[in-house]
Amino acid sequence: MAYLDIKNFCKKFGEHEVLKGINLTVEKGEVVSIIGSSGSGKTTLLRCINFLETPDIGVMTLDGETLFNAETVKKEKESVLRAKRLNFGMVFQSFNLFPQYCVMSNITLAPLLQLKERVKKDKTLNLAEEKQKIIEEAEKLLEKTGLTEKKNAYPYELSGGQQQRVAIARALALKPKILCFDEPTSALDPELTGEVLKVIRSLKDEDRTMIIVTHEMGFAKNVSDKVVFMANGVIEEEGTPKAVFDNPKSEKLKAFLSNVKDKEGE
Amino acid sequence: MFWQITLDLLEGFGNTCLLFFLTLVLAIPLGLLVAFGAMSKIKPLKAVVKVFIWIIRGTPLMLQILVIFYVPGLLFEVNLFSRMVSVLIAFVINYACYFAEIYRGGIESITKGQYEAGQVLGMTKGQIFFKVVLLQVIKRIVPPMSNEIITLVKDTSLARVIIVVEILKKAENWATKGLIWPLFYTGVYYLLFVGLLTLLFRALEKKLSYFKA
Repeated sequence: MAYLDIKNFCKKFGEHEVLKGINLTVEKGEVVSIIGSSGSGKTTLLRCINFLETPDIGVMTLDGETLFNAETVKKEKESVLRAKRLNFGMVFQSFNLFPQYCVMSNITLAPLLQLKERVKKDKTLNLAEEKQKIIEEAEKLLEKTGLTEKKNAYPYELSGGQQQRVAIARALALKPKILCFDEPTSALDPELTGEVLKVIRSLKDEDRTMIIVTHEMGFAKNVSDKVVFMANGVIEEEGTPKAVFDNPKSEKLKAFLSNVKDKEGE
Repeated sequence: MFWQITLDLLEGFGNTCLLFFLTLVLAIPLGLLVAFGAMSKIKPLKAVVKVFIWIIRGTPLMLQILVIFYVPGLLFEVNLFSRMVSVLIAFVINYACYFAEIYRGGIESITKGQYEAGQVLGMTKGQIFFKVVLLQVIKRIVPPMSNEIITLVKDTSLARVIIVVEILKKAENWATKGLIWPLFYTGVYYLLFVGLLTLLFRALEKKLSYFKA
């Protein structure tokens, strides 16, 4: 059985069917890129995986544990859903940093809140010690994303690329099993995409499991173990980057790729 | 004479301030409740609150004071509230509704992304509201709230319609005795008080200028 196993995800917004029976597997340590034109449902799929949308039909298991089942989800307690959601990290297109917190606090806010809850349940925990651990962990993440000097800066003082790197560090601080990216470089100036892609690539080298929705075809080709092409709410084609980019089979994928190429040639 | 009138007006101004501060202290939290009602997913509750806000914002505050003071007596032949309490109730309800609309505007101006970021970080709804959204809302509503609060200072003068003796009523009493200038002199009190508030709000805005949202 695959590490992450998504079966038959369907999602409608009103009358509009956005996902029409998506089956997707991700192996541990695998990097999966999802490509496709806008409106193909790739972002919705990612949002469903992160519990930001609720599929109407479908089942999702991670490491053998059922995380989501459309039939029983309504009976789930909020706290259970919250715990399940934490299996995933999410990096948004628009960063969504918290403007009133400095870089360090953006990263440590959620871990510290969780620490409070843990301390309530387990009185033997040493609060100061655990706090120190969280801060040290955050410092490591800042170093990894090249932001050590910016740790006391506020989001408005950072470039888009720096903000996105903070967002990545913030997601990593909760140690998610799978890290998801929703078009992480689409809101960036072209000269800033490189620094963000470099960080994502460094995560691949650590064998992190990642799902990346992206418009950066070159990057998808380089960094992915598997590329998934979506069109009109279905997975039209999937395979190794080589197979998908150099040897597309479906007409839709061929059209999509030549379209992208035309644009890049402009 | 001048000194005597200054002190007399000051006594009235004490009532003005009392009404002002009590209204503020009570209407600020009540407004939040009203705002939550106006944004509620429970449709009937939302509808009731919206109609309530419409009535309160759609009728003069002076009329509301009169209704609260006289109507219990007319209907049940009891004097439910003293004059000061009647005025206070009217003010709190009225201002809670105005504040609620300001809060609602502030809360709804926060992008969905902020809530979603909190969600994917495993925060509870309460944590998202208090740790992520609230301060951003406060920053955004300081200017419209200062406006409304300054208006409140001057609206306190409406209390005199049911003979709550605030500063303007005191001055009117002098006017009926043939002395007109104390009436104009009250302007100094209002100006000084509003000036103080303005400085306070400016300081608060400055304090919140360390981030941009």
